Order: sequence, then C-alpha cells, then structure tokens
Amino acid sequence: MKGKVWKFGDDIDTDIIIPGRYLVVTDPDKLAKHCMEGLDPDFYEKVSKGDIIVAGKNFGCGSSREHAPLALQGVGIGAVIADSFARIFYRNATNVGIPLLEAPKLSKVLEEGEEIEVDMKDGKIISQKGKEYKFKKLPPFMLEILEKGGLIPYLKEKG
Amino acid sequence: MSMTMSEKILAKTSNKKKTEAGEIVMADIDVAMTHDLTGPLSIESFNKIGTKKVWDPSKIVIPFDHQVPADSLDAANNHIIMRKFVAEQGIKNFYDVNEGVCHQILPELGHVVPGEVIVGTDSHTCTHGSLGAFATGIGSTDMAMVFSTGQLWFKVPETIQFNIEGILKENVYAKDVILNIIGKVGADGATYKACEFAGSTVANMSVSDRMVLCNMAIEMGGKTGLVEVDEKTLQYIKNRSTKPYTVFKTDTDSPSLETIDIDVNELEPQVACPHNVDNVKPASELDVEIDQVFLGSCTNGRISDMREAAEILKGKKIANGVRMLVIPASKEVYTKSLNEGLINIFVDAGALVCNPCCGPCLGGHIGLIGPGEASLSTSNRNFKGRQGSPDGEVYLSSAAVAAASAIEGRITLPQ
Repeated sequence: MKGKVWKFGDDIDTDIIIPGRYLVVTDPDKLAKHCMEGLDPDFYEKVSKGDIIVAGKNFGCGSSREHAPLALQGVGIGAVIADSFARIFYRNATNVGIPLLEAPKLSKVLEEGEEIEVDMKDGKIISQKGKEYKFKKLPPFMLEILEKGGLIPYLKEKG
Repeated sequence: MSMTMSEKILAKTSNKKKTEAGEIVMADIDVAMTHDLTGPLSIESFNKIGTKKVWDPSKIVIPFDHQVPADSLDAANNHIIMRKFVAEQGIKNFYDVNEGVCHQILPELGHVVPGEVIVGTDSHTCTHGSLGAFATGIGSTDMAMVFSTGQLWFKVPETIQFNIEGILKENVYAKDVILNIIGKVGADGATYKACEFAGSTVANMSVSDRMVLCNMAIEMGGKTGLVEVDEKTLQYIKNRSTKPYTVFKTDTDSPSLETIDIDVNELEPQVACPHNVDNVKPASELDVEIDQVFLGSCTNGRISDMREAAEILKGKKIANGVRMLVIPASKEVYTKSLNEGLINIFVDAGALVCNPCCGPCLGGHIGLIGPGEASLSTSNRNFKGRQGSPDGEVYLSSAAVAAASAIEGRITLPQ
C-alpha cells in the first residue's frame, strides 16, 4: 500500500475523528465529510484514497463509536501509523478493516506530505527518499482479517 | 495461583480455572448493552453476519438516552430501527425515551451484579465495575458478534490498583479524586489495564461515588474500572436485582498487580481544562469566565450531585449571561429531585431542567456551545469540539464547583 502522509499529534480523540453531532448516520461516505474537521475543516477534500495518517501517542482515545474508523475509511485513509493506540479504537479499526501500525518512533521521522509504501507482510515502510523503517509485524490472523476487509467478511469466508 | 478480580471474573466466564494477564480468552457475556446512538450500527453489523436471532434476548439491554426525545429525522429513524429490532428479537429490557442514561439505569434497574462480564457499545460501560463486575466498552462489530454468539474474546488485562487513602476535605468529592488521578497518570497512563480503586477513602464512599471513579477509568485508557464488593455494594443490589452473583477479590500478591498510592487528605477541588481530560488543575488556580454550566451525565447526574448543587444554589441566582442545564441522569433521580424540592431550587435559580438524557456531554443533542464559548460540565470529556463548536472550550468539575461557578459566572470554589 502506498500513500501520502498526513501528520497529527498526540491524543487524537474520537471526537476529533468524527464529532458526536454526526453520529446519527452510519454511511462512511456521509461520515467522511466531517472527518477531522475540528482540526482541519478541509481534510475531507485534501485526502486521496490510500493516504496514511501518522500520529503520536494514544490515537483514537475516547469513545467506542465505530463511526470513527468508518469515517477514516470513508475519507480513503489506507492505514494509520501511531506511537500508540487507544484500545477500543484499535479493535474497532481492525474489525472494519483499517490496518493500524504501532511504531513508537515513526511519527518523529516521517514528514507531512511525503509518499510512503507500507509492506504489511514484511513489516517495513519505505519512504520517498528511499529510507526503510521496520515495524513489528501483525500476527497472521490479523493480516487475514484486514485482507478480507474486516472481521465479518473474514468470519463469513471461514464459515 | 494468585489472581486479580479481573482475572478471576474472566476465568469464570471463560470456563477456566485460572487466567493470567496477556492471555486471550473467549468469555461468555452476561449483559450486552447498546443504545440509540451506537445501536443502529450494531444492528447493521448483526444483519451483515446473517444470524436471524440474537443468542439470548434476556441478556440484552437497550436504553434510549443519547438523543431523547429525537431532535432530527435521522435520530427519529434510528429510534424506529431500534424499536423494530427490539420487537423482532423479543428484547424485554428495553427502555424507551423516558427512563434515562444507560450507565445510570443499568445498575438502578438491577441489570448489574458482581462477578458478571458486561459489555456495552459505549466507552463508559466501565462504570459498572463499581459493583464488582468486569465491564467494558466495545464497538458495533464486536457487539454484533456478541448478539450472534453470546461470546467475545478479551486479552486479560493487567491491573493497576489505586490505593486511595485519606479523608476528603469539605467540598471535595469523588470527581476531584478521579480527575486528580487522571492528571497524574495521563490520558494513556492505564491503557488496556483494569483500574481498581481501593483503600479507606473508597471504602468510605457511597456506591454513587464509586461509580464516578470507575466511570472515568476510560479517560486514562483503562479497560475497566473496578471496586471490590462490600456491604454497601450488596445493600445497593439487594432491592434492585434477583440475579445470582459471585464476589471476587484481588489477591494482593497477584503477579499482574501494580499498586499506586494516592493520598487525598490535602486534595482541593480539581478542574480538567481544555482539551484533554489529563490537563487537570486546582480550581483555585483558574480565572475563567463561563457561558454554560451542565450538571448531569453518567459521571455526575445522580441524586447526590443534584443535592450538592441544590444546596449551593438554594436562594441564589445564576449569573447574568450564564445558562445552566440540569439533567438528572434517570427517572429515579428526576423523581427524587422533584420530591425533595431540588427542581424548584434549580428553576428558581434560573436553570433549565431537562428530561433524563446524555444532554450536552456528547455535543450531539441539546445544549451545544458556540465558537468562543466556555462550558463548565460535570461530565467526563473535554475534547476539542466535544460539546459543539471546535472553537469552544469545555472544563470538567464536580457538581459543587459547577453550581458555585454558575452563580459567579466564572470557575470558582464552593464557599
């Protein structure tokens, strides 16, 4: 997967990802229009499919709203790389099929706007400048859930 | 083998003799709660799985609380979807628009007893650990799995036991204790850990106060909040529930147990400042003008909060230019407030008293704040944009600080 980097700081909470007043709908395309709007009202317009969020610690803290990973998916975010993640968000994002990579130092080295390639299977990221960064690979069953597009399609295929 | 409460509960509910932190278990769910805001997505996921009937309708509890009464067509439609699901699935524990906030009515109406595993599509489900259950917030896909199978996987958490000692000064409450703790450990200080609240201060607290502590465990990343069962717990559930229960206690020599000592003797009223719950300062150090005060929520919308606020507001007027919303968290709290004359005090002071619901807490129903406005709220989150405009500010405090500040129009200490 290849995409442009969008950088965010520490403690990006679920109210930033998708504010409470928009939770009355469940359609990812509708949610997408308000994704991150508290920090950047034009985020929705700027992001291209497959782009990657790079953030600091505790990404996704707060609410259990699964609308948060769905909004990111609606915008087209292909993966989130962060120093650490809040746990409910971590589960929800995996369940809907968004890859999350916990890599404590990458937020310090990756730059806004640079294009990176993420190799989930080999656990490495290659930057535009040709630099290679390693991260801890996800266990095979999680990779499979993500490949199938989330927990429900994964389980349906398993029967 | 020595185990924590969480390990013991998860061992029992996954039919094992023992579990230890880090292990993945598949646990049987005793109570599954979803509400009007996250319920529609849970039902959507359940329908995608394709199971026709839920595993056990008697273990599902569905309250409407986030958007009651419906404030938009979308909300009204969500309510229709939920009511239809309730009817189709034969769910008896359904509370329509008139009952109150999920985390208040679940214990009040006897749905929570010690030793259970309780999941809810709401992050503040951790509140219910105050009665000795293992309770945690989950997303909609996980809830759909629970609806289908009655089970969910968990990574058994390690435990931080906050050993809280000391006597709280006048006008210092459980809310100040938990804000102080979150300020100390940080917004991710307990990520994926069970947060146990112990010590003589907690032993002296009412069940309501223990709910305040457990409710905010998620604000430091906690998987759940827990308080060991004692006479007060059993007294609380006695006339509310007929369900069987099991009492588990943490072994002090459990390998996965970490202890943090907290001394509250000198603690002053605390306020969480924008835009993170761990940005905590003593109320006395703040010089902040406020536009709105919200007394309510699953954190501080109980009868004790109503009484504390009414005592301060009695015979006083809310400052000009300040609006105050008082929202008792349940019908029971509302009725008690009426019978005790508290509602009169609030109305005479100039407050708006609304029906039991989540209110401005989530910024998605009533009482939103506009750009440049400041809200002082007894709820649990002050994230940027949480109560409306991203250019507004939210401060969090106890009911007493909220009431005193409403009179002054600025954040102030109760006299």
